[in-house]
Amino acid sequence: MTVAVSIEGIDKRFQAFQALRSVSLDIQPGEFVALLGPSGSGKTTLLRLIAGLEQADAGRVLFGDVDTRDLSLRDRRIGFVFQHYALFKTMTVAENIAFGLRSRPRAERPDGAEIKRRVEALLELVQLPGLERRYPSQLSGGQRQRIALARALAIEPQVLLLDEPFGALDARIRKDLRAWLRDLHSRTGHTTVFVTHDQEEALELADRVAILHEGRLEQVGTPDDVYDHPATPFVCEFLGEANRLPVKIVGSQAFLDDRPVLGGLTQNQGGPAALYVRPHHLKLVDDVPLSIPGIVEELRRTGPLRRAEIAVSGLAKRLDLDLTSQVAPAIGERVRVKITHATAFATA
Amino acid sequence: MSEAALPRRDATVPAKAAKPRRARPIGSESRLVQILLIAVSLGFLLLFLLLPLISVFVEAGARGWSAYRAAITEPDAVAAIRLTLLVASIAVPFNVVVGVAAAWAIAKFEFRGKNLLISLIDLPFSVSPVISGLVYVLLFGAQGYLGPFLKANGIEIIFALPGLVLATVFVTFPFVARELIPHMQSLGSTDEEAALTLGASPWRVFFSITLPNVKWSLFYGVLLCNARAMGEFGAVAVVSGRIRGLTNTMPLHVEILYNEYMSAAAFAVASLLAGLTLVTLALKSLLEWRYGDAIAAARHH
Amino acid sequence: MTASTASSGWRQPSILPGLGLSLGITLTALSLVVLIPLAALFIKAASAGPAEIWAIATSPRTLAALRLSFLGALLAAAVNAVFGLILAWVLVRYDFPGKRLVDAAVDLPFALPTAVAGIALAAIYAPNGWVGALLAPYGIKVAYTPLGVMVALIFVGLPFVVRMVQPVLEESQGDIEEAAALLGASRLRTIFKVILPPVLPALLTGFVLAFARAVGEYGSVIFIAGNVPMLSEIAPLLIVIKLEQFDYAGAAVIATLMLLMSFALILLVNLIQARTRKRLGDV
Repeated sequence: MTVAVSIEGIDKRFQAFQALRSVSLDIQPGEFVALLGPSGSGKTTLLRLIAGLEQADAGRVLFGDVDTRDLSLRDRRIGFVFQHYALFKTMTVAENIAFGLRSRPRAERPDGAEIKRRVEALLELVQLPGLERRYPSQLSGGQRQRIALARALAIEPQVLLLDEPFGALDARIRKDLRAWLRDLHSRTGHTTVFVTHDQEEALELADRVAILHEGRLEQVGTPDDVYDHPATPFVCEFLGEANRLPVKIVGSQAFLDDRPVLGGLTQNQGGPAALYVRPHHLKLVDDVPLSIPGIVEELRRTGPLRRAEIAVSGLAKRLDLDLTSQVAPAIGERVRVKITHATAFATA
Repeated sequence: MSEAALPRRDATVPAKAAKPRRARPIGSESRLVQILLIAVSLGFLLLFLLLPLISVFVEAGARGWSAYRAAITEPDAVAAIRLTLLVASIAVPFNVVVGVAAAWAIAKFEFRGKNLLISLIDLPFSVSPVISGLVYVLLFGAQGYLGPFLKANGIEIIFALPGLVLATVFVTFPFVARELIPHMQSLGSTDEEAALTLGASPWRVFFSITLPNVKWSLFYGVLLCNARAMGEFGAVAVVSGRIRGLTNTMPLHVEILYNEYMSAAAFAVASLLAGLTLVTLALKSLLEWRYGDAIAAARHH
Repeated sequence: MTASTASSGWRQPSILPGLGLSLGITLTALSLVVLIPLAALFIKAASAGPAEIWAIATSPRTLAALRLSFLGALLAAAVNAVFGLILAWVLVRYDFPGKRLVDAAVDLPFALPTAVAGIALAAIYAPNGWVGALLAPYGIKVAYTPLGVMVALIFVGLPFVVRMVQPVLEESQGDIEEAAALLGASRLRTIFKVILPPVLPALLTGFVLAFARAVGEYGSVIFIAGNVPMLSEIAPLLIVIKLEQFDYAGAAVIATLMLLMSFALILLVNLIQARTRKRLGDV
C-alpha cells in the first residue's frame, strides 16, 4: 500500500452551491495533511466526504486500493473529531471512549477487562489519566477535545480526521494543544487530515498543506513550498501578507515603471504581471542595482518586528516592509528598497 | 489573473460517476421504518384528536341547518354565549395586568424567593379544575367561611357572576405570566436601562420599550388564556349552580343539553366552541411560524 | 451603592423602577385568587378531625375513585410518553405532506374546551359511535368503562410530551449521530444509546405534566366514563358529588388528598430532574 487515501476527481454540489470542483489529492501513510481555506472553500465538505458523511456527485475516495463506496461507515474505520467534539453527554468519559469498541459486532468485541485496559491506555496517551468517571460537562474545552481524540483513536482508525480541531478553544490553549497534537502524531503515526482556516496553524502543524478556494484545490505542498512558492495569487495572499506590484516582465527581468526591480525570473511568459512580495522579503539597502527609491511614511511595531510603510512613486499603495535591523529609518527619510524574493503571476 | 498557476493535476484523472450506494444519508431510518412511524403517529392523532373534532361538526349538523340555527339562537343559548363572553372579558384583562406585573418583577429584578414565586404562579396548572371551583365554594358558599357575612350584606358570589369570574381567573392565572417571563428574561434589561439614562419616564419606558418588545408573546399568552377562559368547565361547573339564562356558560349549556338527550343541540353549541378552538390554533400557529424564533428562543431557558 | 444593598438584603439593586408596584400587584392577586382559597381548602379538610379524615380517605368509594384517577393518569401519561415520543420524532426528523398541519393539531387538547372534547369522545367511542362500532364486534367496550376514562385522559395529556420532547430532539440532531455512526454503532444502538438518553429528562417532564393534567381532569372524562361508583367514577367527580350533597368536609378531604399526592409526585420528579441536569450540564 503506497497511498493511504486517494481522492480522485471529486465533485460535490449542495443545491445551487458547488462545494467541490474536481478535487484530487493523494495522502501518504502516516502523513499529516492540513486542508486550509477560508469559510465556504469546501474544506469541511472534503473532510466529510473522506469520512463517508457525504456522498460525492462524481469521483471517488480510495483507502489504499479499496473504493470506500464499498465500505460501511463501520468498516471505513475513520477516527473523526468534530469541531464541537460531539461527546455523548449522558456517558462518562470512559463510556465515551469505549463506545466504538462496544459497538463492534459481538465476535470482534473485546471483553470488559480489555476495554477497560484500552480506555486507561488512551487516557494515558492523551495525558488525562483518572478522568474515567467524569461527565463531559465537567471537563474544560481542551480536555473535551482530547477526550474526543481518544474516543476517535479507540477504534484504531485507518485515518484520523479532525474538523477545526482548535476552532472552539481560547488562543492560549490552542498554542499548547498544537504542540501536543504534533507530538502525538509523531508518536502514533496515524495518517491524519485536519481542516483549518488558520494558515499559521496549517503551516506549523502539517507535513503538507492543501489549499482550497471556492471548491477548487489551489495548491498542495509542504509548508515551505506553498509559502515561498505559491502557485496562485490566492494562495500567496491567503498564506500571509504580500505587497502587490504591477510589473512588466521582459526576459528574466521584472520592470516597475520601466525600472528593473527584480532579475533571475524563471517564468518567461513576458508581458504584464503582478509581483507578490512578502514584507520580510523587502530589504533596505544602499544604492545598489535593482533597488527602488521611496520615502518612509509610517513606522509601526508588529510584535517582534517593526514595520515600515514606504511610498514609492508610481504605486498607489505603500510598500510594507519588515525591518530586521534595530537601526530604523526616520519618518520622511528617503530610502532604497530591494526585493529579495518574489513570485510573479501574469495578469494578461 | 492566474494563468501562471500550476496545471491542475485533477484534470488528468478520469472521474468515474459515483453510484449512490447508500440510499439514505447518515442519521435516518429506512424509508419503511419512516413510513411506519409516520403511520403510527397519524393513526394515533386520528383516533384521539381528529375524529373527535370532526364528530363535533358532523353531529352538530345532523339535524340540518335550521335545527342548528335554532339551537344556537334560542334564548338560553344566547344568554350562555353572552355570559361566556362577559366572564372572559373580565378574567382575561385581569390576568393580563397581573401577568405583566409578575413578568416585570420576575424578569427584571433579582430577589430572594423568586423561584418560589414562579412555582406559586404555576400552581393552578397542577390543581384539578374541580378543586379550583371547590376552594371558592368553601370560602364564599352558603356554608363557607365567609358565607354568613356575605349573606348578611346581600353579596352573591357563588352561583353568581363573581364566582364564575373568580374560578376562571384561578384556572387561567398562569397563562400570560408563563409566556412573558422567559421572553422578558431572554431580552434582558439593557433597552430599558438605555431609555432611562436618556431621561424617559418609567411608564414611558414600559409602554414604548418593554411592551412592544414582548407584544407577540403577550398576544400568544392572551390567546391561550382566552381559549381556556371561554372553555373552562370543571371549575365553573362547581361554582355556577347552572341556573339557565343566568349562570350558565357555554360549556355548561353543552352539558345540560347533552344530559337532556338533546344531542344535536349540544353539539351545535359545542361547534361554536370548537370553532373558537380552531381560530385560536390557527392564530397560534401563525404566530409560531412568523415570530417563532422570538417565542421559542424565550422558552429555552 | 453597596451600602444600600446591605440595607435591603432581599433584593439586588437595579436602576429599573417598579419592583414594588409589580411585586405588590402579583402578590396581592396571587394571595387573593390562589393562596387564600387553597388555604381555606386545607383548613376545611383539617377541621374535619383525624377520625373523620381517615374515614373519608379510606372509604371504599374514595379509594376506588383515587385509584382510578391516579392509575388512569399514570397509564395515560405512559401511553402519551410512548406515542408522544414517536410523534415528536416524526415531526422533527421526517418530511411528509401536511406536516405543519399535524404539528399545529397537536395543540388541540390545549385549546378545545374539555366539555366539547368529552361529548365528542363519548359519541365516537360509544358502542354505536364511529370507533365504538368497530370495536363492539370484538366485545371491546370503551365508553362508559374505565377504558373510556383512559381515552379521555390520553386526549388531554397528549400535547405535553410532544411539546417538551420536540425542541430537545431538534438539538440532538447532527454531530453526535454522525460520531456514533463513524464509531461503528448500528442505527438502533445510536438511537437508544446516543440520541434518546439526552431526551429522557424532557420526556420525564412531559410525562409529569401529562400526568398532573390527567389526574385532575374532569370535563372530558365525565361524559365518556359512565360514572359508575367503584368502577368508572373519578376522584374529581366524587368531589363534585360530595359538594352537591353539601358534604363540604368530605369534598375538602378528598381534594386535599389529591393535591398532596400530585405535589409529592411532582416534587419527586423535579428532584430527579435537578440531579440529572447538574450531572449533564450543557455540552
